[in-house]
Amino acid sequence: MAANSAGEYIKHHLGNLTYGKLPEGYVRECHGHAETLTESTWTFACNGNEAKDMGFAAFHVDSLAWSGGLGIIMCLVFWLAARKATAGVPTGFMNFIETIIEFIDTQVRDSFHGKSKLIAPLSLVIFCWVFLMNLMDLIPVDFIPKTFELIMVNFFGWSAHEAYFKIVPSTDPNITLSMSFCVMLLVIFFTIKTKGVGGFIGTLALHPFEASNPVIKVLLIPVNLLLETIGLLAKPVSLGLRLFGNMYAGEFVFILVAAMMGTWQFIGAWPWAVFHILVITLQAFIFMVLTIVYLSMAVEDH
Amino acid sequence: MNINATLIGQAIWFALFVFFCMKFVWPPISRALEERKQKIAEGLSAADRAERDLELAQEKATANLKEAKEKAAEIIDQANRRANQIVEEAKDAARTEGERLVAKAHSEIDQEVNQAREQLRKEVAALALSGAEKVLAGEVNQDAHKQMLEQLAAEL
Repeated sequence: MAANSAGEYIKHHLGNLTYGKLPEGYVRECHGHAETLTESTWTFACNGNEAKDMGFAAFHVDSLAWSGGLGIIMCLVFWLAARKATAGVPTGFMNFIETIIEFIDTQVRDSFHGKSKLIAPLSLVIFCWVFLMNLMDLIPVDFIPKTFELIMVNFFGWSAHEAYFKIVPSTDPNITLSMSFCVMLLVIFFTIKTKGVGGFIGTLALHPFEASNPVIKVLLIPVNLLLETIGLLAKPVSLGLRLFGNMYAGEFVFILVAAMMGTWQFIGAWPWAVFHILVITLQAFIFMVLTIVYLSMAVEDH
Repeated sequence: MNINATLIGQAIWFALFVFFCMKFVWPPISRALEERKQKIAEGLSAADRAERDLELAQEKATANLKEAKEKAAEIIDQANRRANQIVEEAKDAARTEGERLVAKAHSEIDQEVNQAREQLRKEVAALALSGAEKVLAGEVNQDAHKQMLEQLAAEL
């Protein structure tokens, strides 16, 4: 085992494989030897502190690779289905895909009353992609990280504790917040598209406190702006953190069980995995439904 | 759990996948589903129409059958009437013929009776004459009494 204690084991499992820029003159101890960087360098972080010191100029390679890979698989599967889609009698695989499509379509039609070519495929991607990312949670916690660790230690000369690898992208707040802020941008875009720039500013400045007297109206604008801006930001933050929090908590239980039971972890992990199937589906569904709801609020007139 | 440029990377992935699905996945599948929906709707309405057509055809067949029956009954009726008429006519003709024959027979009989009577009368006259001749034996002038005798014969 890479870590000496349960605490270190857990910490190791919660770290991301980070590739980022370390500044000039940074003192690091990596791969078994100490060095001082003579110039700012893009490299893999060897520990949590380095990852932190990289600041914003860093990528979580594992999160991006898994989310991207899963997304590509998802797109390929749907693309294959789309090529075979006919009005005739569907076969087994097509039935499965069409069930998903119809399910998403029903959700969109129920909540979103505007006309948009974007909203349905957006919901499809969100639901399936988030579900697949969440699904990685059900793979026993050590399988893939341990394999990665062995490869890095044996072929690239890394120390075992340097090989961070997290396979559930949705336990990375960057991933979930990135998606939810994309949704927020879409909300702003749809609001401006339906109500115009003036209308968008109006929704921020003239609600929730309204007045017919112009002077009071102007006086109320700062208050309204403050409240509505917080409201606007609260949506994506809550959307992203809800998914992250649920998945992080679920992942944490798996890691705790693994740390406690070691080889016999499946005894503890199996019941939790069964329960977790519900959580991963539900969270993907919630993320999708809230996206549709936010967007439908953007296009509807009050 | 540092917030870093992963945000941007994930946003790019997200945009790529959404764009891909919007262009190449959603439209063909939803078009296929829509087409199928339409096909099924058409099939159902065709079935409805066929059922209605069948009903109409059955009604028409029943009406035709009824009409045919009525016509047949009418024809039979007419034939019966015609047969009766023919029989009546034949009877009438026979009766008339019979009467005519009887009348003819009567008239022939009358004629013959008359002829016989005439002849008889002539024979009686001749007989009376010859008798008278024999009785009177020459004293009677045949020419003088001829008128009287003829008158007598006509009275017979």
